[in-house]
Amino acid sequence: MVTAPSKPDLSALDITIAVTGLKTGDNPQPGVPVIRSIRAAGFKGRIIGLVYDSMESGIYLDDLVDEVYQMPYPSAGAEAFLARLEYILGRSKIDVVIPTLDAEVILYIRLQDELKKMGVKSYLPTEECFLLRDKTRLATFFPPKGINVPDTTLISEASQVISAKDQFPMMIKGRYYEAFKANNAEEGLKYFYEIEGRWGLPIILQKLVPGDEYNIVIVGDGEGGILGMVPQKKLVITDKGKGFGGVVVANPELDEFATKVISLLKWRGPCELEVMRGFDGNYYLIEINPRFPAWVRLAEGSGQNQPAAVVLKALGQEVSPLPPSKSGTLFIRHAEDIIADISVMGEVSARSELIRR
Amino acid sequence: MDFSKLANLAMNDNGFVFDPNSGYSYTSNETGIYIMKLLAAGKNKDEIREQIMAEYEVNEDSFASDYEHYMLMLEALGLVDF
Repeated sequence: MVTAPSKPDLSALDITIAVTGLKTGDNPQPGVPVIRSIRAAGFKGRIIGLVYDSMESGIYLDDLVDEVYQMPYPSAGAEAFLARLEYILGRSKIDVVIPTLDAEVILYIRLQDELKKMGVKSYLPTEECFLLRDKTRLATFFPPKGINVPDTTLISEASQVISAKDQFPMMIKGRYYEAFKANNAEEGLKYFYEIEGRWGLPIILQKLVPGDEYNIVIVGDGEGGILGMVPQKKLVITDKGKGFGGVVVANPELDEFATKVISLLKWRGPCELEVMRGFDGNYYLIEINPRFPAWVRLAEGSGQNQPAAVVLKALGQEVSPLPPSKSGTLFIRHAEDIIADISVMGEVSARSELIRR
Repeated sequence: MDFSKLANLAMNDNGFVFDPNSGYSYTSNETGIYIMKLLAAGKNKDEIREQIMAEYEVNEDSFASDYEHYMLMLEALGLVDF
């Protein structure tokens, strides 16, 4: 049965929701906007912030979260993660968790069943699906199925950058984070060593596709369909390549391309697609990020409260497809100083937790 | 010529034009907006010339030259297809 689009309403929920990634600033994480959208859907229950660092700025906002707990870094492994979560659950229940950072999502996916037994629900893809969108696998999985991906080579030696000298300019990327445009092999070598030092090998060398970039935030239903999809074009880009302003577009070809990607992947939960519309008229899949982007409030602002829909899906509730987004809706990021007492930082630094209310 | 893309543009009277398909925005003067609105409404070159000459002090030669120039600019921006 096809149901009419409707806005998710969280006003009747008396639950606790945990969200990660509360840092804003020059390289913003998605946690703060995810929480804002959840509140905008009428949610009056408790919200817990799970942080890795006492300087995550969202900790210091009076009205954002009720409790904050510091988590061990994902690299500490599942045991440390579960031990910390058990401690937190001894203090406060968590009904739904929304991880928002690339490096932690795989841990939440692998521990989905354990978390569920502990009463913590989530709405995430399967591990197999998650791995298919890895930057190192995009170029092998999608092109045979009719989705263009720029020519990609995985390299593990600097000499391979030199060998590709005739193909520059190229994009050079870390497996998890960072991407640079290298205009020539010399720049390529510089970025190779920088990325190797920070993120290790392999490094991804990708053909540059000249064109316009679009970003699309999507919630997939896990069966090949989508609950919501909002495409934007960045209008303001920082020197780190972060979009600090953007506008919702309405482009049927782009929608069709993104819908096909999700149907092939059968993605469940939130994700962000990075797509290029090449000057050759073709669309190219650049990356799939396995979580909400930091600009997700644009989805809510344009009519699709995707974080609220994810909360309901995590609880196992039926969610109607979200209403169409309104093209021309614009976001522009605005930085402001938060004034707080040093004791807030002291509390998080010394006790690794902060109970606000 | 194909003017169908112009029908999707959001144009305001201050000269701001937003293309929801590409996300690009442009600014245009009053005459430019007027011509784009006429093209989007399906008017042909002769009909547009009549309307422009009725409202602005312009002769036929100047109109023809400016109109061609304007069409080339719209084509370069990908808003009309020849």
